[in-house]
Amino acid sequence: MRHHLILRVVTKLLVGSIILFAFYVQFHGDFSPGGGFQAGVIMAVAFILYGIVFGLGKAQAVFPPWVVHKMVALGVLIYAGTGVVSLLLGYGYLDYDAFAPHHPSHGQHYGILAVELGVGVTVTGVMVAVYYAFAARPARLSDEEW
Amino acid sequence: MLVATALAIVRLRNLFAVAMLSGVFSLLSALLFVVLDAVDVAFTEAAVGAGISTVLVLGTLALTSRVEKPSSHSPALPLFVVFVTGAALIYGTLDMPNFGSADAPAMTHVAPDYLARTPEEIDVPNVVTAILASYRGYDTLGETAVVFTAGIGVLLLMSGLRRRREDGDDDDDDEDTEKDGGVY
Repeated sequence: MRHHLILRVVTKLLVGSIILFAFYVQFHGDFSPGGGFQAGVIMAVAFILYGIVFGLGKAQAVFPPWVVHKMVALGVLIYAGTGVVSLLLGYGYLDYDAFAPHHPSHGQHYGILAVELGVGVTVTGVMVAVYYAFAARPARLSDEEW
Repeated sequence: MLVATALAIVRLRNLFAVAMLSGVFSLLSALLFVVLDAVDVAFTEAAVGAGISTVLVLGTLALTSRVEKPSSHSPALPLFVVFVTGAALIYGTLDMPNFGSADAPAMTHVAPDYLARTPEEIDVPNVVTAILASYRGYDTLGETAVVFTAGIGVLLLMSGLRRRREDGDDDDDDEDTEKDGGVY
């Protein structure tokens, strides 16, 4: 795994900014295009790129499969939990006015943020988990065949 | 360019080139969405279509073979079906309102309502996000659940196969596949 020097250096430079961009898309989704789905995918791309260039083992050391599996479920839990919290606060399910009763539009902001976070976590988890599942199986093609 | 890429995908037998070309196809359609002012959709198409799915297709390719097998049956019937479907779709678009026309059903039904209510109720500049996460929160919850289910399905399928191959028995249920996190 000592070949592809340029690829490895460029990847090291890029992974950080990809993750930063994912967070930007995630938390800026209500002001600019993007949101949980896109941010989740971009976040997953950062880890997948790392996995492709440095090998699956390194990627799984950074982002262990058990964390990924928990994330898949955690995101849905965050989303549904937001609804349950608003329900417990005496409002309708997923009615974000509950989070700031005196300033409904702030409540909407918090609610959207929480929900988008849930979406992002699930999408990241699923994408990385699917990549791990594919990449973990022994490849039938050797490098030269490509 | 979209048509040219699609034709190239159909003609080529080398699956590596086909995977790359479908990435190109996604990127081109993302550009098309930008031209149509659907920036959110374009973003998703570029990230998912051109990014992730190309990687996943390449991953699948590494597990199978590189060259498509020549098909054994004649292409006449599929071609006929495609032409009939395509003609029906084009016939359907004849009834559609012109692009950007103000009295299109999509513009007159709920869209003005959302556009008018978003600034005062949600106060979020991106109306798409407001509709997606707030007005249509249930739908998005459903979508997230779909993503979740799909992910779990792929995990169970892929890791289950692997497990069987290692152990040599296949009368094993999914229960303990979840417990031992180190299947792969």
